[in-house]
Amino acid sequence: MTHSSATADAFRQEVRDWLEENCPQSQRQPAVAADQFWGGRSGSFPSEDARLWYERMRDKGWVAPEWPREYGGAALDAQQARIIKQEMKRINARTPLYGLGLWMLGPALLEYGNTSQKEQHLPAIVKAETRWAQGYSEPGAGSDLASLQCRAEEHDDHFLVNGSKIWTTAADRCDWIFCLVRTSTEGKKQEGISFLLIDMHSPGVSTTPIELISGESEFCQTFFDNVKVPRENLVGELNKGWSVAKALLVHERKLMAEIGSDSPRKVVSPREAAEQYLQKDDTGKLTNTELRSQLADYDMQMHAIGLTHMRCFEERQAGVRSPAPLVMKYLGTEAEKTKSELLLKIMGSRGLGWEGDSFTDEELDTLRLWAMSKAMTIAGGSSEIQLNVIAKSVLELPQE
Amino acid sequence: MPLVLNEEQRLLRDTSREFLQRSAPVAALRALRDERNSLGYQADLWAEMAEMGWACVTLPEAYGGLDFGFLGLGCVLEETGRTLTASPLFASAVLGSNTILFAGTESQKEHYLPRIATGELTVALALDESHHHAPADTGCTAQCNDEHAVISGRKVFVADGHSAELLLVVAEDQYGLGIYAIPENTPGLLRERTVMVDSRNAANLTLNAVTVPLSQRLGGTEDCAAALEQALDRGRLALSAEMLGLVEEVFERTVAYLKEREQFGALIGSFQALQHRAAQLQAEIELCRSVVMQGLSAIDDAPEQVPLTASLAKARLNDLAEWATNEAVQMHGGIGVTDELEIGFFLKRARVSMQMLGDTAFHRDRYATLSGY
Ligand SMILES: Cc1cc2nc3c(=O)[nH]c(=O)nc-3n(C[C@H](O)[C@H](O)[C@H](O)COP(=O)(O)OP(=O)(O)OC[C@H]3O[C@@H](n4cnc5c(N)ncnc54)[C@H](O)[C@@H]3O)c2cc1C
Repeated sequence: MTHSSATADAFRQEVRDWLEENCPQSQRQPAVAADQFWGGRSGSFPSEDARLWYERMRDKGWVAPEWPREYGGAALDAQQARIIKQEMKRINARTPLYGLGLWMLGPALLEYGNTSQKEQHLPAIVKAETRWAQGYSEPGAGSDLASLQCRAEEHDDHFLVNGSKIWTTAADRCDWIFCLVRTSTEGKKQEGISFLLIDMHSPGVSTTPIELISGESEFCQTFFDNVKVPRENLVGELNKGWSVAKALLVHERKLMAEIGSDSPRKVVSPREAAEQYLQKDDTGKLTNTELRSQLADYDMQMHAIGLTHMRCFEERQAGVRSPAPLVMKYLGTEAEKTKSELLLKIMGSRGLGWEGDSFTDEELDTLRLWAMSKAMTIAGGSSEIQLNVIAKSVLELPQE
Repeated sequence: MPLVLNEEQRLLRDTSREFLQRSAPVAALRALRDERNSLGYQADLWAEMAEMGWACVTLPEAYGGLDFGFLGLGCVLEETGRTLTASPLFASAVLGSNTILFAGTESQKEHYLPRIATGELTVALALDESHHHAPADTGCTAQCNDEHAVISGRKVFVADGHSAELLLVVAEDQYGLGIYAIPENTPGLLRERTVMVDSRNAANLTLNAVTVPLSQRLGGTEDCAAALEQALDRGRLALSAEMLGLVEEVFERTVAYLKEREQFGALIGSFQALQHRAAQLQAEIELCRSVVMQGLSAIDDAPEQVPLTASLAKARLNDLAEWATNEAVQMHGGIGVTDELEIGFFLKRARVSMQMLGDTAFHRDRYATLSGY
């Protein structure tokens, strides 16, 4: 055994022991939406155990294990962070804190933020004091994000922001929003964009919820009407926000790619559903041969995707470059749609309940997630955009 | 379990690539086809391959092998997939030698394996009897007494069956499933080479009361069913590695063509309809690479995972090979359906590989069964 694998094994044991001691039993079950804790001024704990679990993880630094200690992390390396994740998954431990601050803004600030920005925002994220929204898309700028119009005019010590952002997830419950704004209309459209942090409580900020096919109103349109934003809230250089945005997009893609294999919101798997809703013959085979084939195809797809996540990780550790990470968002989110469609087929009419007591919570949740799965291949760069990226960056095909 | 190659494995891959591209490119297969070569491979090329140790990459050292592991062997096989190189490497050094390794007695292993390892002896496994791979349905029988076995039946689609010097014939007998090592010239054994679409080697065998000493039965009087399954899974993973190489090569050639061919005043690779189809293939290739590497690593490090990953790999590679070769032809346009362009050779070899050791339906069914549904 090599030295590093011996220390990794020792660390794994340490993690296992700590989790065993500190993760409350009630937090070792798949979470539905209502069980998630997102923090922020308007956030509340779904249960006392959820609070306890979050506080222990926070104090241990494992809410953001890879962040420096002074910002509330545990200064661990990627492999250690992965071990924590794996061990949590092994016992079905819930994610103690959710949030775009933790997943997206934090890593981007660590790379591009200045010291006072990091000091102001990173610990507040880990302490669940602030919940962040993402202000990228606009009514006229979706896939073609760089054509965004929301303007920020430079004044002495502040910017004046006017315009609107759309599809801002949970903006009505967020404290802050990180925004891409137009600070120049000269040159290439990517070159006049800046990255601004805006306090949602500032005068002139308002939100309107948008109802989705899943019945939830996760999204908002967020309006900015002469909002004054202090100059120190600019991340990176003026007109260089596009690089920050792109770095952040990498984290977003990775996050979404792992949705299928690492779902924070674990619902019934197609295989479990098959046990429950389909019949087997004397030899233990599902009698519906068509669905049996589709189930095996799905399982094989997820098996292959899981192995490819592992390969991506090993390649990163070994410093080997490969195209694999670039195809995972596309594959993971498409597989998530396949899974939802398969679940509906397996459950038949029991999978179609919208609300009420005729259906179990699990059945209702399956349908809502089916509706949500449609959004995954649109958000964070649609599947078509992912294929464009593969064609361009991996295959280096000529661009029009 | 490793999903990246180490330094030594990368070196083996690079030297194999260089050797095969130089000594056995697709043109060599075309030449074998056009001259209707009776052996079906270049004997001197095989001697060189064996000289480099390719026939004994995974064999234990005790039998003259290098014990270098299947991930290493996969590197070589992937390269033979890229060049579509015809040789006894797969049938003899992988499928045949592993059958003996799992089913043979110690003295049988000592007798055969070192000679297979040097390339001096070639063997072939005769298993299938119908036009679909169905290892559980063996109609071939062996009647045994204390000294002899008398074997009768018919075998089809025996890879390298017409050229191998020793045939490993699977037959039902009083001990369960038997595997009999039958030398090529044994009376009653008829071999008929079948000319297949891939211009490689396969044969049908007829066994009319072929009589061999009972000592030719692998494993004495043990039932060989489990041993055969283990050998087959190694074969399936090895073949998947070869198919991965085939796909990568045909895909690279196709992408290169997209960057070269102009229509409507533009390179055809700038058309999004084609870009997206190519990108989808790239994504599937990434999955298949992980699956093949995991399967090969599992042979080396986690044997309990082999059956499931072997079926996963073979099923996925079957589908990918069909898809990638069809797209390759389509994206080349008219020239894609000419014999002059080598793309057709990849298309044809893919179809034979897809049937060998189980098509997708077979492996999907097996994956489901192994998963408990
Ligand atoms: C669940 C979810 C959460 C989201 N959260 C946020 C958030 O918090 N903050 C935020 O800012 N935004 C968020 N978004 C918005 C998201 O980023 C956009 O929806 C996305 O970028 C697509 O933009 P669009 O909706 O305008 O679609 P469009 O860009 O109009 O796309 C319409 C169709 O055209 C296709 N298309 C577009 N361009 C091309 C091209 N070049 N080639 C081929 N096809 C093309 C698309 O793939 C799609 O099929 C969220 C979206 C969803 C679904």
